[in-house]
Amino acid sequence: MTHKAPGSRTLRTDALARVEGEGAMVVHVRKGRVTDVQLRIYEPPRFFEAFLRGRRYTEPPDITARICGICPVAYQMSSCQAIEDALGITVDGPLRELRRLLYCGEWIESHALHIYLLHAPDFLGYQSAIEMAADHREIVERGLRLKKVGNEILEVVGGRAIHPINVRVGGFYRAPTRSDFTKLAESLRWARDASLETVRMVAGFDFPDFEQDYEFVALRHPTEYAILDGRIVSNKGIDIAVRDFDDTFTELHVPHSTALHSRVRDRGFYFVGPLARYSLNSAQLAPVAREAAAEAGLGPECRNPFQSIIVRAVETLHACDEALRIIENYEVPDRPFVDAQARAGVGHGCTEAPRGILYHRYEIDAEGLIKTARIVPPTSQNQAQIEDDLLRFVEPRIEMPAEELTLRCEQAIRNYDPCISCATHFLDLRIEREP
Amino acid sequence: MSPRPKLAVWKFASCDGCQLTLLDCEDELLAVAGQVDIAYFLEASRAIVKGPYDVSLVEGSITTAEDAERIRRVRASSRFLITIGACATAGGIQALRNFADVEEFTSAVYARPDYIQTLETSTPIADHVPVDFELRGCPIDKGQLLEVLTAHLHGRKPVIPNHSVCLDCKRRGTVCVMVASGTPCLGPVTHTGCGALCPAYARGCYACFGPSESANTVSLAARLGMLGARPGDLTRMFRTFNAGAEPFRKESTAHDAQSAR
Repeated sequence: MTHKAPGSRTLRTDALARVEGEGAMVVHVRKGRVTDVQLRIYEPPRFFEAFLRGRRYTEPPDITARICGICPVAYQMSSCQAIEDALGITVDGPLRELRRLLYCGEWIESHALHIYLLHAPDFLGYQSAIEMAADHREIVERGLRLKKVGNEILEVVGGRAIHPINVRVGGFYRAPTRSDFTKLAESLRWARDASLETVRMVAGFDFPDFEQDYEFVALRHPTEYAILDGRIVSNKGIDIAVRDFDDTFTELHVPHSTALHSRVRDRGFYFVGPLARYSLNSAQLAPVAREAAAEAGLGPECRNPFQSIIVRAVETLHACDEALRIIENYEVPDRPFVDAQARAGVGHGCTEAPRGILYHRYEIDAEGLIKTARIVPPTSQNQAQIEDDLLRFVEPRIEMPAEELTLRCEQAIRNYDPCISCATHFLDLRIEREP
Repeated sequence: MSPRPKLAVWKFASCDGCQLTLLDCEDELLAVAGQVDIAYFLEASRAIVKGPYDVSLVEGSITTAEDAERIRRVRASSRFLITIGACATAGGIQALRNFADVEEFTSAVYARPDYIQTLETSTPIADHVPVDFELRGCPIDKGQLLEVLTAHLHGRKPVIPNHSVCLDCKRRGTVCVMVASGTPCLGPVTHTGCGALCPAYARGCYACFGPSESANTVSLAARLGMLGARPGDLTRMFRTFNAGAEPFRKESTAHDAQSAR
């Protein structure tokens, strides 16, 4: 809908690009004030939580991976963990390390994709990375090679890059041998250097002055920069076990979206993803990543979402370093998986997808069939926060030329690397102004 | 010299994984971009060049009335239309709704079912418009994607075999998991394309690429029954990412009726 009140202006971008999936954005401006912001998500619903009912407890890792082609491992890991919780089994030692390695692969692949192909063109003034390659071929080639190293991990440990086949409840179908990692270790050593160069490159970009008082929510592990497990914590007092997720967070269904909006109960929206993880857990990063962050000018926390590109680069460096450490210490497990026998129960799982915490809950009957399933993806958790950012971002810049403001708004959305396929598609952005 | 062919990439109900396969061609992406004009590819670029397009890659299935209209417009503006992946070629995992009551599904997931508008079925693109080539897989294989694009650029027919996964296991020297260890495997009825990954990882094939040509699902189901699969198990095995593909739809329904009895 294009409103054309006399003397009003309507800015409109029909399709927001370089996000995963498609959606719509509407910003209403009246008398110099932003009156309403809606991130419209109307990807057709796919009903995963409905059709998981009646499936066997062994199936969610393969089925829920298909929610998102960019972060299938996150879905596999959160679902495995939730089901294992219901079955009362623990996966630790080398199998846990292999899972963390696989997850590092997904972080590297997804972050490199976002930094180089989706976000950097905003900062360097291009429509796409392919266009950017005409002037900066070596930069784009480095990004693609870095992304490929992430995919190499996914292929060696998971069998393939998109929708890995080697993950099962209890562990893996086949454990890699030490020699499977020889070539990968070499790639990772290159990738670690390339990630450091990436941090240095993105630290030099221009960032709008835009710091907000966010409630950051992430996992926290006693000894690691949390990826696979931990307690859910925030900088405003949340510190809960994963099974208490529903007591703390709630979802609202708003008319303009097929993704549900998340809230901290009785409080409001919150922020998940790299910025939240970094701000809560930066002290646990690998030393090389911590030093790079300091060199890039980041403090122990970062409250400017435009700088999330630096944080993603720092996390990529951490993931490369961590993956190398896991490979160097790898001992082939005695068995590739822990037995997982059916029993009735309820289980919860939460892991750090590249875009933030991903929560799964399953109720399983004595036959091993799923009675209920619940999945809360990171992008739906960030949706309300993205809308709030746009509101706060647009207002002081209301006089900015239309085209530039529209681009900046798109960039503000891309700060979150939103995965609308996860939440759900169709992003078309418009700013509607009335005098 | 004629101008570079215009390539467009379209998304319907899907996970983004098949179009990501194009960006996952890390070694080839810039070369491909040199050969074609990437005219519409929202996941990668803000720049939109108007149609008509020489080649359209279509990901995803049709699940809403608007999308049923949109695919007609895409078809009208495309000279050569290639569907990529299980969603576009068979309706995808979301076609599980075809076997259920969508209204009940909606109220199971959403607090306000009245906000949700969706069709009762998830259907492949070819149910709505003529399709020039179908590339199978959940996800598609990057080598096959490059082969289809390259073949089109050179004006030849793409070489995409349609035999079953079994032949690939023999080729790569993988010992048959069903014969050697009694692991249920859908390889005998599954379309080639993945490189026979699962058996190489000591698991049975779960049919990401859908039915192979003249798939004998009845005979395989009987064998799986001998290995201990019950009717409910058989229904679930055939009813995943390619549940809407006819041979799998038929086989899953046959055992669904048995388990209901």
